[in-house]
Amino acid sequence: MLEIKSLGKTYGSGENAVQAIADVSFTVSDGEFLCVVGPSGCGKTTLLKCIAGLLAPSRGEVLLRGRRLTGPPPEMALVFQEYSRSLMPWTSVRNNVLLPLRHKKLSRDERRRLVEEALGAVGLTRFIDHYPWQLSGGMQQRVAIARALAYQPSILLMDEPFASVDAQTRADLEDLVLQVREEFGITILFVTHDIDESVYLSDRIIVLAHAPTVVKETLPVDLPHPRDQIETKELPDFAHLRAHVYRLVRREQQPIEAAPVQPAAVAER
Amino acid sequence: MTRRTYSALAVALEIAVPLAILLAWQAWTASADNQHFPTPTTILEQFRELWLFAEFERHVLPSLIRIGAGFGIGVVLGVALGIPLGLWRRARVLAMPHIEYWRAMPPPALLPISVVLLNDIGDKQKITFIAFFCLFPVLLNTIDGVRGIEPTLLETARSYRVPARERIRRLVLPAALPQIVAGMRTSLSLAVIVMVVAEYFSSTEGVGFVLLDAKNTFRMGPMWAAILLIGLLGYLLNLLFLLAERRALAWHRGWRAATPD
Repeated sequence: MLEIKSLGKTYGSGENAVQAIADVSFTVSDGEFLCVVGPSGCGKTTLLKCIAGLLAPSRGEVLLRGRRLTGPPPEMALVFQEYSRSLMPWTSVRNNVLLPLRHKKLSRDERRRLVEEALGAVGLTRFIDHYPWQLSGGMQQRVAIARALAYQPSILLMDEPFASVDAQTRADLEDLVLQVREEFGITILFVTHDIDESVYLSDRIIVLAHAPTVVKETLPVDLPHPRDQIETKELPDFAHLRAHVYRLVRREQQPIEAAPVQPAAVAER
Repeated sequence: MTRRTYSALAVALEIAVPLAILLAWQAWTASADNQHFPTPTTILEQFRELWLFAEFERHVLPSLIRIGAGFGIGVVLGVALGIPLGLWRRARVLAMPHIEYWRAMPPPALLPISVVLLNDIGDKQKITFIAFFCLFPVLLNTIDGVRGIEPTLLETARSYRVPARERIRRLVLPAALPQIVAGMRTSLSLAVIVMVVAEYFSSTEGVGFVLLDAKNTFRMGPMWAAILLIGLLGYLLNLLFLLAERRALAWHRGWRAATPD
């Protein structure tokens, strides 16, 4: 469904050029839950922005159902890590979820139904008329997820969506994502630096090497469905996978002294 | 002390302090017997005679219309120019020196030329003149507000393919609104100042005209009455504006209180 072919990204040019992504190729099949993990600063966000069509890759291409991407495609939705920054503080939860639907060719009732359904799916029906900042961090991220669902994408991209919520909320949100994936039948590409999270959620894991980024290893996750925060994590297979991914990622983490200067999210405009 | 008694006290003070000053002034002017400083009672008497409401239609109404129209046009133009300048760096770089030049211009310096250029000494010239000076605070604040918009928010909108027009209407404008409103408040007080200045020059009506005309004909009572009216006008307009701002930006105060940084 989604093919990433020899994708590379270099910021700047000439002497100041910083190669963020060297060469990354992988495919995401229909209905799959794919996690991308890697050490922090390995260009995960850059990779995701290229896949989302927000950043033009310097080399290679992204194909969605065989079509080459040149901008954000209509069948894709993106959930950012910084929920509070991706929501509009001046308007209600309802209007936030409505934002991507306003320009779609839908009837008023249809829009309303989609918004209410999506907020129902994330359990926020009661808070539809609240401002986002009146909700907790976890709830705000659920608003962002509801907005993505209401958009009816066939593929959902998530960029470390639960990195800034507490552990309990995180577990709840993980289960929520698994649940809406079943309910809405969407393909999910999930970027995280949390190894447990990647093993718990995914069907397949892609481990990235340090920047300039390449794919280090791809491994299938054959844990039974439905997943459960306690039972799944008790399985020997879970522990093995987790340990394996952990070793891969740790080997990538270079000693502090040798760590190259990271391109601090070079201005994209 | 409860909140309610505290605010009641604040309001009482807001009335009591000016009243005390007025009383002191009355006592001083009554004993000094200086014709340049009539007693407050004389001024109030003049105020009532002139503005309530004998000369209201002839002099106050034109001034109010000029403030309203000039301010309105200035705000609309400031926002309309500020949004593209805030969004496009290249346009901003080109426009900034011109904006900085004209906004540093003292209003009286342009008063004579405004009459020549517009070939008018009536409302057209006065309103254009006020609008010109109301433009800059709104323009500069709009540019700042637009530049300050959260990049993640714009990126989110872009990823959802929200068209440019919707992005401006639903994201850029509301995000810049708190700063636009701050600029509007500056412009509003500027509108009152510029109105008085404009009415000093080639005028036959308006509060500024009455003030200068009274001074030129040695009628200190009406002059003081005009000063009192202009002060009250500025004060009340600001008060009305603050009330409107409170309603329009209720989200902003809540959001600021809820966001730690």
